[in-house]
Amino acid sequence: MKTEILMPSLSPTMEEGSLAKWYVSPGDNVKPGDIIADIETDKALMEYESIEEGTIVELIVKEGTENIKVNSLIAIIETEAIEENRNENTFATKKNELLDANKNEEVLKLAEDTNGINATVNEEKTIDQEANKNKSMSELTVREAINSAIAEEMRRDEDVFLMGEEVGEYQGAYKVSQGLLEEFGSDRVIDTPITEHGFTGLAIGAAFTGIRPIVEFMTFNFAMQALDQIINSAAKTNYMSGGQINCPIVFRGPNGAAARVAAQHSQDFASLYASIPGLKVVQPFSAEDAKGLLKAAIRENNPVIFLENEILYGKSFQANCSSDLVIPIGKAKTVSTGDDVTIISYGIGMMHTLEADKKLKEMGINAEIIDLRTIRPIDFDTIIESVKKTNRCITVEESFPVCSIGSYVGSQIMINAFDYLDAPVLNCTGKDVPMPYAENLEKAALITPDEIVFSVKQVLYKD
Amino acid sequence: MARASTQKKQLFDLYHKMLLIRRFEEKAGQLYGMGHIGGFCHLYIGQEAVVVGIDSIKENGDQNITSYRDHGHMLACGMDPKMVMAELTGRSTGYSKGKGGSMHMFSKSEGFYGGHGIVGAQVPIGAGIAFANKYKKNKQVCFTYFGEGAANQGQVYEAFNMASLWTLPVVFVIENNQYAMGTSMVRASSTEEMFARGLAFNIPGKAVNGMNVLDVAKDASAAAEHCRSGNGPFILEMKTYRYRGHSMSDPAKYRTREEVQKIREEKDPIDTLRSLLIERHKISEKEFKAKDAEIKAVVTDAADFALNSPEPDIQELWTDVYAD
Repeated sequence: MKTEILMPSLSPTMEEGSLAKWYVSPGDNVKPGDIIADIETDKALMEYESIEEGTIVELIVKEGTENIKVNSLIAIIETEAIEENRNENTFATKKNELLDANKNEEVLKLAEDTNGINATVNEEKTIDQEANKNKSMSELTVREAINSAIAEEMRRDEDVFLMGEEVGEYQGAYKVSQGLLEEFGSDRVIDTPITEHGFTGLAIGAAFTGIRPIVEFMTFNFAMQALDQIINSAAKTNYMSGGQINCPIVFRGPNGAAARVAAQHSQDFASLYASIPGLKVVQPFSAEDAKGLLKAAIRENNPVIFLENEILYGKSFQANCSSDLVIPIGKAKTVSTGDDVTIISYGIGMMHTLEADKKLKEMGINAEIIDLRTIRPIDFDTIIESVKKTNRCITVEESFPVCSIGSYVGSQIMINAFDYLDAPVLNCTGKDVPMPYAENLEKAALITPDEIVFSVKQVLYKD
Repeated sequence: MARASTQKKQLFDLYHKMLLIRRFEEKAGQLYGMGHIGGFCHLYIGQEAVVVGIDSIKENGDQNITSYRDHGHMLACGMDPKMVMAELTGRSTGYSKGKGGSMHMFSKSEGFYGGHGIVGAQVPIGAGIAFANKYKKNKQVCFTYFGEGAANQGQVYEAFNMASLWTLPVVFVIENNQYAMGTSMVRASSTEEMFARGLAFNIPGKAVNGMNVLDVAKDASAAAEHCRSGNGPFILEMKTYRYRGHSMSDPAKYRTREEVQKIREEKDPIDTLRSLLIERHKISEKEFKAKDAEIKAVVTDAADFALNSPEPDIQELWTDVYAD
């Protein structure tokens, strides 16, 4: 019987991928566990094993095809009906034994082929990167933005180095550090053991002497193990030493919910870090902001918590890619102007806000949208000025509601612009529960554009 | 003869430093009792030979870092007793402008990286300072001190692993004074051989008589040489003893008065060196008396300086939260 082989989903956030290489051709026999293809995503290259036993009939998707959606048909395999299995199995086993005897020769041949393919791919990539450099405005993903910010700062200053789990040989758990080991070597791109508490403390000690570590946390959930070092050592030593010992360090990595990874791997730590004097906290949305703010963070003489987002890594933006681009920490960005209501957001909250804004525009509501970009210190000048104009405000963020950034922003607006408000400030946040696993529950726990629209209508007293 | 007089001077300098720490700490205890020093105050009395011995073999540019029992380390590495006492009393003239206190003092110029209030936290930080030495390709060594109580902390072993893996020039100095606050080592540690705690990470270690400043200097010198030659970390277990309580409010119920008294009488590091100075270098009672007077004056000056210094300006509340 003919069985379909479908494009697999190989990570929680994977929606599509490329077929980098086929290891089989029509007519080949495969067993469960045989590698039939290499699947590549923007995060990683993964081997795809067959779960069927049978003969490949047709390869639907050609080698090198990109953007293949998860669950779409990529090949067809002829599998034996269960009753006929016994005889065929014996035959297959014998054939495999024969194949094994000749394996060495074939492996060598395969290796030659693979090398040829890799060389071509690498060459193309290099050309792409060069082309990008020559344009000042171009499409840039957040991942590329962060990667280039690190690379540019490491080229500029020999005291800058990157350390963390899988940043080197693995090329980054989320491919953010791709290519850095090759360019800067293992003295400056340092793979660490899986010991957050220890390597965070070690990096802080190095920073006390004046060199500039960039510490990658595979996700900020794992930084919980290092919280004592971040708060008690990095944030406080400049003050405790009367200004003698500062800590020029960047802690960066994905923060917030990814997709379907449940409670221990899904939370936004912005408000936790933002409450600590001595830290600066940045959470960019766009690629250009990610790049410009990370460069500023690396040049900063204080510890910076740089909160990224796994879902945003692959998102493309039009961006100024100049290597001179440095965006100062502490400045919000007014993304669009309007008179009816101010929407204040940051990080992935901006993605939902922009989605909601389309619906608001259809309803004739003109929102002024402010992307905070920096969570500590918050740019209250921009916020208060906007609220004095619109007289209404909502905040949007993915974090928990209690002691959220929105609740603090709301209190400051109340204190500084009370007489200008025509409605209470509303906070759109994630729900006050640990992140559930089930798809529908996870969706319900996160903020949605519809909830943002609903809150805007409430502060405008519209039905 | 010239050599003998150099040696005499060197030994008398060690005596000077140990006695300075002892008298300084006694004064600190007194000022605490009078309400001039607040918060926690952990005295170093009894352990003087450890830091003085190690400091005597340090090279220019070497760093040190320790826990909150840090006054001795600061005095040993040449920090000004006046500014240390001013910090203890929360004055603007203190090393941290009065913002750090007893447990959080630093002097980058003397290579002293604190003064850390969280048990064990200074261990990965010390490994990181050593990492920076390697990164900068200098020949410095970082002496990272912690107690036998902190030696049970998880982050210590994370630091051991990386220090060995990356051959970092760090001497881990375990000051084993036998009591983690009020918990004796046997009640908290599954093994008592602190010097062997690095074996699983291929870090050599040695137990040292931490009550004898010359033994300390000799073994510390070998350990530092091991690190400086690019062989990675070394562990020194300093067997020492603290005469005073863990902090100023200590119930003293966890050990007997006799135990403390016996060690004071038989093993005191200052008395031991004094006997040697008399025996080998014929230092006279008069010279010792002059030394006592000299140190008393330094300590009195430090206390006067501190108590006559102003508290920090109230505006200092808002400075140094961030570096420029």
